[in-house]
Amino acid sequence: MESLTNRKKVVSDKPMTFVEKLYLPAIVKGMMVTFKHMLKRRKTVKYPEETREFAPIYRGMHVLKRDEQGRENCTACGLCAVACPAEAITMTSAERTKDQAHLYREEKYAVTYEINMLRCIFCGLCEEACPKEAVFLTDRLVPTQFERGEFIYGKDKLVEPVDSRIDITQRQFTGKRTKV
Amino acid sequence: METFYWLDKLVLVVLLFLISLGIAAYQTYFERKLAAWIQDRVGPDRAGPFGILQPIADGVKMFMKEDFTPSNADRWLFILGPGIAMFTSLITSAIIPWGPNLHLFGREISLQVAEINIGILFAFGIISIGVYGIMIGGWASNNKYSLFGAIRASSQMISYELAMGISAITIIMISGSLNLREIVESQHGLNWNIWYQPVAFIVFFICALAETNRAPFDLPECENELIGGYHTEYSSMKLGLFLFSEYVAMFVSSAIMAILFFGGYNFPGMDALADTPNLLAIIGVSVFFAKIFALIFVFMWIRWTLPRFRFDQLMHLGWKVLIPIALINMLITGFVVAFYHHWF
Repeated sequence: MESLTNRKKVVSDKPMTFVEKLYLPAIVKGMMVTFKHMLKRRKTVKYPEETREFAPIYRGMHVLKRDEQGRENCTACGLCAVACPAEAITMTSAERTKDQAHLYREEKYAVTYEINMLRCIFCGLCEEACPKEAVFLTDRLVPTQFERGEFIYGKDKLVEPVDSRIDITQRQFTGKRTKV
Repeated sequence: METFYWLDKLVLVVLLFLISLGIAAYQTYFERKLAAWIQDRVGPDRAGPFGILQPIADGVKMFMKEDFTPSNADRWLFILGPGIAMFTSLITSAIIPWGPNLHLFGREISLQVAEINIGILFAFGIISIGVYGIMIGGWASNNKYSLFGAIRASSQMISYELAMGISAITIIMISGSLNLREIVESQHGLNWNIWYQPVAFIVFFICALAETNRAPFDLPECENELIGGYHTEYSSMKLGLFLFSEYVAMFVSSAIMAILFFGGYNFPGMDALADTPNLLAIIGVSVFFAKIFALIFVFMWIRWTLPRFRFDQLMHLGWKVLIPIALINMLITGFVVAFYHHWF
């Protein structure tokens, strides 16, 4: 019968020859294989000292951006929380007072903004949903912790500091996001 | 003179003890490194530069662990098991001639603790006692896995000792002596026994793998079927002694193989150094250790290449393959030696 695929193999159970029965040639052959592996270059990345190079659109730990004057972009509209399929984002909003104008860009701002990093699946939908260019995913990793509670990241960990900005221009110029 | 003799021996014994343990410790490190390299990994590299302090960390870990004795175990036998295993591994190094005589302080110092005229018989006797450590340990644990491991170990050792002894007899026939020093002296320069007895070497080497419970003959302690075999119930430094004694045994059996087949401390061009005996001794010892390390490397290389035997395959190989080969080899050697000496 003609076979449907070309993967057919003829199986034979012919008795082993004397040389095959000795096993030693096969063993030597196997040992040569392992010896070759011994001399190969290691592909291991020794993690804490060196890190793998990330793709420019890598989706790691979030950042809440500030604008050029150092004001927080987030207006606490809640679109990111709605978009989040893992329901990891919660926030409470408040109205900006006069003397807070240098702190927040819009009239409404987020008093608390929490992302549960254990729930987050790093899909990046919050970033896509955000109309204010406030939340972005970065190439930073979420460090390990011993307590569950420590994985709920508040504004203290998410908002970028004024004096050390997080660069996200790389990911802005890749993919579908074209304007800054 | 007598006191100096005992002093020499004492220093040598202490030195040998430390060297054996040190080499065994670094064998564990090298074993892990080699396994890693063969599997395209890096291996231990966190403790010190290149992980060189790993054995010390492991040793400290072993000591800090809880020393647990199962409630139904035979307490004294439970302690005796690892003791015997370690003792038998270490004691064999006493009869090994480590190098030519040193000339120091106007005396001739022998680099052999005990030059006994039946050295090789002594070695085989001690190796046979070695199985008692595993047997007693496995029996005293009162655990079915341990007992399985112990039974496998003893049947394996008995089976492979025969072929090992018969292949060693060919060497004894060639050199005409049971004394390890004389066996070494008869392989002067590059006149090694391996050139005359390659078959005996292969048989001996396979049996040595089985005797030291190394892969592919590590049935007594196979992790995945017997969850550790004879040392399932052991913890802390008792377990450490069992694991350690395996490495010491590997070191000593490599030394014995280097003596029987690779000329011990002999190396080509050693006659040129005949009038500087101390230099000869130092180079001889280094050459001897280089041979031992090469053999240890092959031991480890095989472990990380070959899968474990099934138990019936093990018995088949031992009784139906290795013993006939060794016997035929012994007969042929016997005839050749007899013709050589014109006994017919």
